[in-house]
Amino acid sequence: VPATGGRILLTTDGSAIDTRHLGFPVSPHEECAVEEAVRIVEGQGGSTAVLTLGPVEAEEQLRDAMAIGIERAVLLETDGTDWDPVATAGAIVDATRAQEAASGPFDLILFGNESADSGGFQVGIRVARALGRPIVTGAKGLSVGDGKATVRREAAGGGWESFELPLPAIVSVKEGINLPRYPSVPGRLRARKKEIERSTPERRAGGLEKIVLRLPQEEVTSATILGQGADAAPAVVDLLAKIGVLDR
Amino acid sequence: MSGPVLALVALAGDVPDRGSLEVLRLARKVAGAIGAPLEALVVADAAAGRAASGSLAGSGVTTALVVDHPGLTPDHPDGWAASVAQVVETRRPEAVVGIGTERGNDLLARVAARLDLPLAANCLSVEPGERYRLTRQRWAGSLLEDCWLDAPVRLLTVAPNTVPVEAADASPTPSVEAVPVTLTDADLAVHVTGREAPDRGRISLIDARVVIGGGRGVGSSEGFADLEELAGLLGGAVGGSRVVTSAGWRPHSDQIGQTGLRIAPDLYIACGISGAIQHIVGCKAAKHILAINMDAESPIMNVAEYAVIGDLHTVVPAISAEIRRRRAVEA
Ligand SMILES: Cc1cc2nc3c(=O)[nH]c(=O)nc-3n(C[C@H](O)[C@H](O)[C@H](O)COP(=O)(O)OP(=O)(O)OC[C@H]3O[C@@H](n4cnc5c(N)ncnc54)[C@H](O)[C@@H]3O)c2cc1C
Ligand SMILES: Nc1ncnc2c1ncn2[C@@H]1O[C@H](COP(=O)(O)O)[C@@H](O)[C@H]1O
Repeated sequence: VPATGGRILLTTDGSAIDTRHLGFPVSPHEECAVEEAVRIVEGQGGSTAVLTLGPVEAEEQLRDAMAIGIERAVLLETDGTDWDPVATAGAIVDATRAQEAASGPFDLILFGNESADSGGFQVGIRVARALGRPIVTGAKGLSVGDGKATVRREAAGGGWESFELPLPAIVSVKEGINLPRYPSVPGRLRARKKEIERSTPERRAGGLEKIVLRLPQEEVTSATILGQGADAAPAVVDLLAKIGVLDR
Repeated sequence: MSGPVLALVALAGDVPDRGSLEVLRLARKVAGAIGAPLEALVVADAAAGRAASGSLAGSGVTTALVVDHPGLTPDHPDGWAASVAQVVETRRPEAVVGIGTERGNDLLARVAARLDLPLAANCLSVEPGERYRLTRQRWAGSLLEDCWLDAPVRLLTVAPNTVPVEAADASPTPSVEAVPVTLTDADLAVHVTGREAPDRGRISLIDARVVIGGGRGVGSSEGFADLEELAGLLGGAVGGSRVVTSAGWRPHSDQIGQTGLRIAPDLYIACGISGAIQHIVGCKAAKHILAINMDAESPIMNVAEYAVIGDLHTVVPAISAEIRRRRAVEA
């Protein structure tokens, strides 16, 4: 996703974010999903693959994943326009079936809980349904063993709840499940040499069609400067008193 | 004749919870616009649903549907998805509206996957028509998308805390109808197997009246001592930006923002934080924001109401010292 900084800029026709000067990090939930996959395989063996659907530039993020230890990468190449969740899920299902036919079944497929940019909250659930596998969303803890996955997540009213899923299963994860490592320089060099499997997926009709993007009406204010450095302390404490937070 | 509009209602005790009031409000608008009756499916056991029907008076609901199935508890995500999907098939609603919380989106996404229908998550407004024109949130609300939803049954969730809740009107208590559902073992296979109570003890970021947020400018995990001291004096809590959690200076549970917590304290003091939109979505509900930053041009200056320009490691201890001084004078 684009790293938008303090303000989102849109293209003049409002069809997209103006990303000309922006970097594209992997967003937090998905970065954690990649890290979790690497940790599971480090702990108990097996193999890992990473997949993205996006423009050819997304190769770079696939290499980031391989730099921390993912073995194979799959790029479902698009022209870079938005795909709706039905279309995205359909392409991921087709690619998963093809991967499984060629290299054997995946015990576990990890998703992010929601995409940062489009926030559909559904691609993982659609893929799980199509593949006939159980899914739990929002995981902040995951362990795998004895043919099952145990998922821990925050309960809606506070506290934690856990689930057990028979493998093969699908889990969508949230940032905080782990602290992703930084890739090492040798890791990066190795990743640069690796092959990426590419294909051009078919885009099925989804039912959600973007008209235009716009920014929410939010007043851009300009802060009242209370002072510079330590000299501002009395003014700050006056403010604390004024808004009623000084006396506990 | 058009089918009903179906609102998914969750309960807090025996009344609709806050999110469900928003759902009812939006669903009622859609129903009014297309001349359809408004029905509510209560996502709770049937006895609780029956008990809650009186509290649906005044919201325009004609029929409250309750699901009678012994083994089904709110802990079964697929059990509820199967139930809602079956209700959609029997009652043929024009639209189904749920709440865009994590659990609400999870439920309607499962329903959508079962029925092979599109789902629009986190909507702010809806204009029905042959195709529905929607406005929905992207980037956790930092960006809006106007879009078309084209489907035989329109599934959508309401972005939480965006729809003003109306006072009840004179509409009567709905009739209650129990709907039979057939659930398979597979529908009940995924369920909660364990629970842990929340950790109590320190003041949580969600409840604190004052939150002190630290960003990259804090410099290290030790650097947070200055912020902790001020928080202690104000009975507040300390949180931070993603930079500080990614660096391991603070645990992720302290992160404020799009992929962390949404807080709404009386005062948020952002120290050494630049004001990236992904951070701001987590703190913009604060009543007041004070920024402490070395850079007077930082984007946080366009979000904060007040600011101090300077090194936070000088400014924050000076504020703590001034509080102590005043308290000593008073004592
Ligand atoms: C999909 C996605 C989700 C994200 N989710 C989140 C999220 O949930 N929460 C979050 O916070 N971020 C999130 N981010 C990251 C976000 O985009 C920013 O990178 C991050 O918020 C920046 O953190 P910062 O302000 O601490 O650091 P910086 O942007 O580096 O800013 C540091 C600030 O400190 C000031 N400073 C430096 N030294 C001092 C000093 N001694 N005294 C005073 N001021 C000083 C500087 O002037 C600067 O303004 C997300 C990003 C993406 C792409
Ligand atoms: N274009 C894509 N390529 C790969 N994975 C995706 C894509 N879009 C969504 N996903 C996955 O599906 C999850 C949920 O997305 P969404 O339903 O859009 O919120 C994301 O966190 C990703 O793990």
